[in-house]
Amino acid sequence: MPILHHLWIILALPLAGSAVNGLFGKRWSQPAVNSVAVGSVTLGLLSVFELVREFSQLSPDQLPFVGNYFTWMVAGPFRVDFALQVDQLTLVMLLVVSFVGWLIHIYSTGYMAHEGGYYRFFSYLNLFMFFMLTLVMAANLIVMFVGWEGVGLCSYLLIGFWFLKKSAADAGKKAFITTRIGDYGFTVGVLLTFATFGSIDFGTIFKSVASNPISETTLTAISILLFTGAVGKSAQLPLYVWLPDAMEGPTPVSALIHAATMVTAGVYMVARMNPLFSRAPMAMLVVAIVGAITAFYSATIGLLQTDIKRVLAYSTVSQLGYMFLACGVGSYSAGIFHLMTHAFFKALLFLAAGSVIHAVGGEQDMMKMGGLRQKIPITYWTMLIATLAIAGIPGFAGFFSKDEILEAAGAGPRANFLLWLLGIVGAGLTSFYMFRLIFLTFFGTPRYDEQHVHVHESPRNMTIPLTILAFCSIFGGWFAAPHLVGGTEYFQRFLAPVFSMYAPQPTTPQAASLAGNPESGMAHNPALELAHAILSWPVGVAIAGFLLAWWLYIRNPDAPKRLAASVRGLYSLVFHKYYVDEIYSALIVRPLLWISTNVFWHAIDEGLIDGVVNGSARAARAAGGRARELQSGNTRSYASWVLVGVLGFTVLLLALYLRGAQ
Amino acid sequence: MSVVPISYYLVLSGVLFGLGVIAFVYKRNVITIFMSIELMLNAVNLAFVTFARAHNQVDGLVFVFFVIVVAAAEAAVGLAVVIMLSQNRQSLSIERINHLKL
Amino acid sequence: MSVPFLLFFVCGVLAVTGALLLIWAKEPIHSALSLVLVMVSLAVLYLLLGAPFIAAIQIIVYAGAIMVLFVFVIMLLNAGAEEHTDFSRLAKYIGLPLGVILIFWAAYWLLRSPAGGGGVTGGLIAGPDSTQRLSKQLFQQFLFPFEATSILILIAILGALVLARKQE
Repeated sequence: MPILHHLWIILALPLAGSAVNGLFGKRWSQPAVNSVAVGSVTLGLLSVFELVREFSQLSPDQLPFVGNYFTWMVAGPFRVDFALQVDQLTLVMLLVVSFVGWLIHIYSTGYMAHEGGYYRFFSYLNLFMFFMLTLVMAANLIVMFVGWEGVGLCSYLLIGFWFLKKSAADAGKKAFITTRIGDYGFTVGVLLTFATFGSIDFGTIFKSVASNPISETTLTAISILLFTGAVGKSAQLPLYVWLPDAMEGPTPVSALIHAATMVTAGVYMVARMNPLFSRAPMAMLVVAIVGAITAFYSATIGLLQTDIKRVLAYSTVSQLGYMFLACGVGSYSAGIFHLMTHAFFKALLFLAAGSVIHAVGGEQDMMKMGGLRQKIPITYWTMLIATLAIAGIPGFAGFFSKDEILEAAGAGPRANFLLWLLGIVGAGLTSFYMFRLIFLTFFGTPRYDEQHVHVHESPRNMTIPLTILAFCSIFGGWFAAPHLVGGTEYFQRFLAPVFSMYAPQPTTPQAASLAGNPESGMAHNPALELAHAILSWPVGVAIAGFLLAWWLYIRNPDAPKRLAASVRGLYSLVFHKYYVDEIYSALIVRPLLWISTNVFWHAIDEGLIDGVVNGSARAARAAGGRARELQSGNTRSYASWVLVGVLGFTVLLLALYLRGAQ
Repeated sequence: MSVVPISYYLVLSGVLFGLGVIAFVYKRNVITIFMSIELMLNAVNLAFVTFARAHNQVDGLVFVFFVIVVAAAEAAVGLAVVIMLSQNRQSLSIERINHLKL
Repeated sequence: MSVPFLLFFVCGVLAVTGALLLIWAKEPIHSALSLVLVMVSLAVLYLLLGAPFIAAIQIIVYAGAIMVLFVFVIMLLNAGAEEHTDFSRLAKYIGLPLGVILIFWAAYWLLRSPAGGGGVTGGLIAGPDSTQRLSKQLFQQFLFPFEATSILILIAILGALVLARKQE
């Protein structure tokens, strides 16, 4: 069946699953709900495989392949069609989302087996898949925005899944409201795009920007506005605060939405809009700076967190920063590459963390774990593999992707030493806190109550996805390995047309040789030597981080406490996440609440609006009361009124007559 | 030979009408109020006849005729109502007939 | 001062006096009698204006039947002097002054009316056979209203009968 001509099926499958489970699942058994939910996602994955097969038979000039299904809205020159497109970038995202989503659905059947609201969880999860797939397959900004908002909605629903718990409900609200701020910028960006190009369709916009000279200021404005949406959705500075709180949701949710897919929507969007970004150097710089600073900043917070999921949350924020750093220095394919490998190992980390939590009976504080290595071996080994990947140890997937980013930041056409430095230090910190997590959780003496907590390995439907993802975390990077480390760079070459089709003409020969053209690394030029020199840094800091963690948590377990005591102020500051939440609360949340309550509620709503409405009612009643007294039953006053009327009328007639007589 | 200008008759009619109005507003007895209505009708009759004279038409007189007839009918029915009222309220003061009020 | 003018003047004064007496009298019977005076003087004025038929009708029907009816009812109900009840404030402060204003207003403007040009010459309205003409109009052009008023009178009789009946 030609999927290419019926792209909407890929969307319809999870949507149908969501609807069926949502409407009927309440009375069904768990296996029934499973078969609907997992089945729809499986069918979706198979459809994507079929799509890959059909896609490989297309010729390059047929790309991007667009399917226009119906006209959604037309208002004068503003026209939005429900159109889906497929090109290499879409395909990569589809594979990542569908595959990781499929694994997580299977995992959830085990993890959520003892939870209430089972059908609701899977309904929401399927709905999320629908919106995420809409986002990546959209052929215009508005359909993408539908997916954008939809995944935000599902994130809210799933974070607050246990809505009776106040912290969970609050976290859901926080996520939605914070991303809303970014979405506002995104919307303005979309409006500005329409104002500039007269369309919101990707093909039209990109062709237009490639052939017509648009002012750089406008493009910069559009790019930065769209990027603010990414800042919110992908949890960058300063709108990252919702992601750590989002850990209130079930762990599969954290894995799927807040690691692998939804938060990467911002990166995807930037990569998709590369024709605009590439022509606005200032915007690219902003993206890179925000990414690099976030990467470093978030890594510092992750150093001291004790909740296993929070460490992973800050790690996600940090890794997203790396992806934006990559896009900001022009290496979009490196960003997408890291997106893919990150999806594998971060999802694995979260799922394994879920397995750990499941094993110790719900405890999430690492300080109360320890010595779990032999008791839950599958979990341990898979999590170790993921840690090696994220730390950037050579041979694992994360090494290749992170390495390529740092190389682009250090030696690429838009390289910047400060950005590179932030990235390198951040990588070291990443390695450190990830190994810290491993050592605290799996090594050492057990710090939990061994009599009451019965540590057990997770069931097969949870460990099998872990194993599959571990496999991907190792080999997932091989087919994209940069030339510089002997790889074939198949991935980058695959994606290259997306970033070169509408790319601006490079201005310097060196830029021409390196911009988006990975094969340029083959030539022996000074850039290559420099790149080799840089190459050793990421590995070096990764190993340094590992050693430091080993020293502090295995060799000298008392050392951390002494270290913390010696820098008490700094330690406290970082431990409390730089008090950012408190600052936001005091500066923004509380004043807004005060204004809402006192100005809008009391003054305007109660005083003004109610006053006007009630006041007019009161006035009407008062006037009516007075008018009522006219009918007094007193004939004489009636006669007097008649007299008044007659006289008035006479005067009027006389006046008219006299005026007419003149 | 001095003639009486038409306007003099009209002035008399107007004065009589106004006096009828004052009587209507001032008097308290229902029957007296009825009589003031008759006074007003008479004043109007005078005006009609005057105008008939002025234009030398008999149409005005026809109207006067009908006014008198209708006034007779109205007086009959109205006085019957007055009789009923006085039987109900044992009073002929218009101030006592004030029940149609809010 | 010619006779018509003098006659007009006297009758006018009589009419106004009667109206004033109607207002001033304390007993309703006195008001009724002053109204009769007004009607009689008006009848004379009709004669002056050359409408003898109307003058006759005025005396016979108005003064002779309607006012008699009034007097009968007054006597039947034994209407005495009016009791003192509270004056409606509105009527007192607005109605009466406006009534007075109405008189002067009407007088002033009617005096200035253009119809006041011609005077009343002698003779009957529309010629020597005014009554004949009047009846011609009544029975030709205004036949329907004429017959209708007879029905009206019938209804009035019935209504009066029903209304004034003693309630059982």
